[in-house]
Amino acid sequence: MTHPIEIILMRELAGHLATPIFVIDSEGDLLFYNEPAEKLLGSRFDETGMMPFAVWTTAFHPTNEQGTPIPPNELPLAIALHEHRPAQGHMWILGLDGERRRLTVTAFPLQGQWGEHLGAAAIFWQEQ
Amino acid sequence: MKVTVWGTRGSQASPGPDTVRYGGNTSCIELQAQPDTRVVLDAGTGLRRLGGELSPNVRRFDILLTHLHMDHIQGLGFFSPLFRHDFEVHIWGPGSATADLRTRLTRYMSPPLFPVRLPELPCDLHLHDLNDAPVEVPGFTVHAALVCHPGPTVGYRLTGADGSLTYLSDHEPMLACSRFADSPEWCSGLDLAVGVDVLIHDAQYSDAEYEDRIGWGHSTLSHALAFARLAKVKHLVPFHYDPEHDDDMLDAFFDASMRGHESFTVLPAREGASFEVLEHARI
Repeated sequence: MTHPIEIILMRELAGHLATPIFVIDSEGDLLFYNEPAEKLLGSRFDETGMMPFAVWTTAFHPTNEQGTPIPPNELPLAIALHEHRPAQGHMWILGLDGERRRLTVTAFPLQGQWGEHLGAAAIFWQEQ
Repeated sequence: MKVTVWGTRGSQASPGPDTVRYGGNTSCIELQAQPDTRVVLDAGTGLRRLGGELSPNVRRFDILLTHLHMDHIQGLGFFSPLFRHDFEVHIWGPGSATADLRTRLTRYMSPPLFPVRLPELPCDLHLHDLNDAPVEVPGFTVHAALVCHPGPTVGYRLTGADGSLTYLSDHEPMLACSRFADSPEWCSGLDLAVGVDVLIHDAQYSDAEYEDRIGWGHSTLSHALAFARLAKVKHLVPFHYDPEHDDDMLDAFFDASMRGHESFTVLPAREGASFEVLEHARI
């Protein structure tokens, strides 16, 4: 089954940008993250591959400033996916390389040309 | 299913002594599955001649537009059935995120670009916005899907009693996924073409030309061949030739590119040519 063209082009754009980008489909499953994102997540996409929503939302152990785990549905990407609106947040993650990093995440919904909700994408960067 | 090619050219009509064999009119393909109806793929300048050579039995046309670039709609204003009371014409095509097909088409079919407005056309005219739901036109079930080309652009797969045909006139799968032949799920347009009897596909550029035209929305013949292999089609019809490519250049182009053995036949589109798609994809 081929992905919708909007998702295909989103992935291709991400593959050409130096901005870390994460793309999920309409079910919330991870479809792709690009090379700049690999550095922050501590793992190559070729190694992790596609991940179900329940896996990627916990795999990086996102926590708030107080160290409290962030529930999956409160992550900016999940908000963009489920509420069809942009969302932003700050969090600490534990990369798969064992490094803790503080990230700012801005997520936005991907709405298709025919009005369908295709998923969401997020850009994120590390706070020093 | 009888297929007649009325326009092969992309971007701009290019009539003249150098294009008589492959043709100079822009995209237009006629499909005949029933005696009194016709399905037309795109309304390029080739549509005018189709309108002038009608069988007297035909009373209904379904025109499927891939997109609204001028080389795909310019023939509409000169299509004689639109100006006759005794014709039923259905135009199908993609709207955009902000405007429906009628609104978008009216930008051309209204002054100052054209003297006649859509509501003034005497035929029984119906406009249909397409989405991903299949639709029925006389003789065919039609599936549309958005494909990689600038602006809202669809490809079509038509399935009739005699076989299936996929039309991807303006398509750049290489832009959407540079390794598309290895990544089927990331290949634009593939679902429309898998296992189809006849694939009519964009083959606008040479490999050398493509390097300077990445992102313009078109393929090379090499891309079309790779796409056809991936889709496991039975027949490939290269189409949508660049206006700068004359007959000799296209002859050389096809001779050089088709020396390898393929599991499908390659029949370059030629204006005025017809072929029949019979049961089991014999043509």
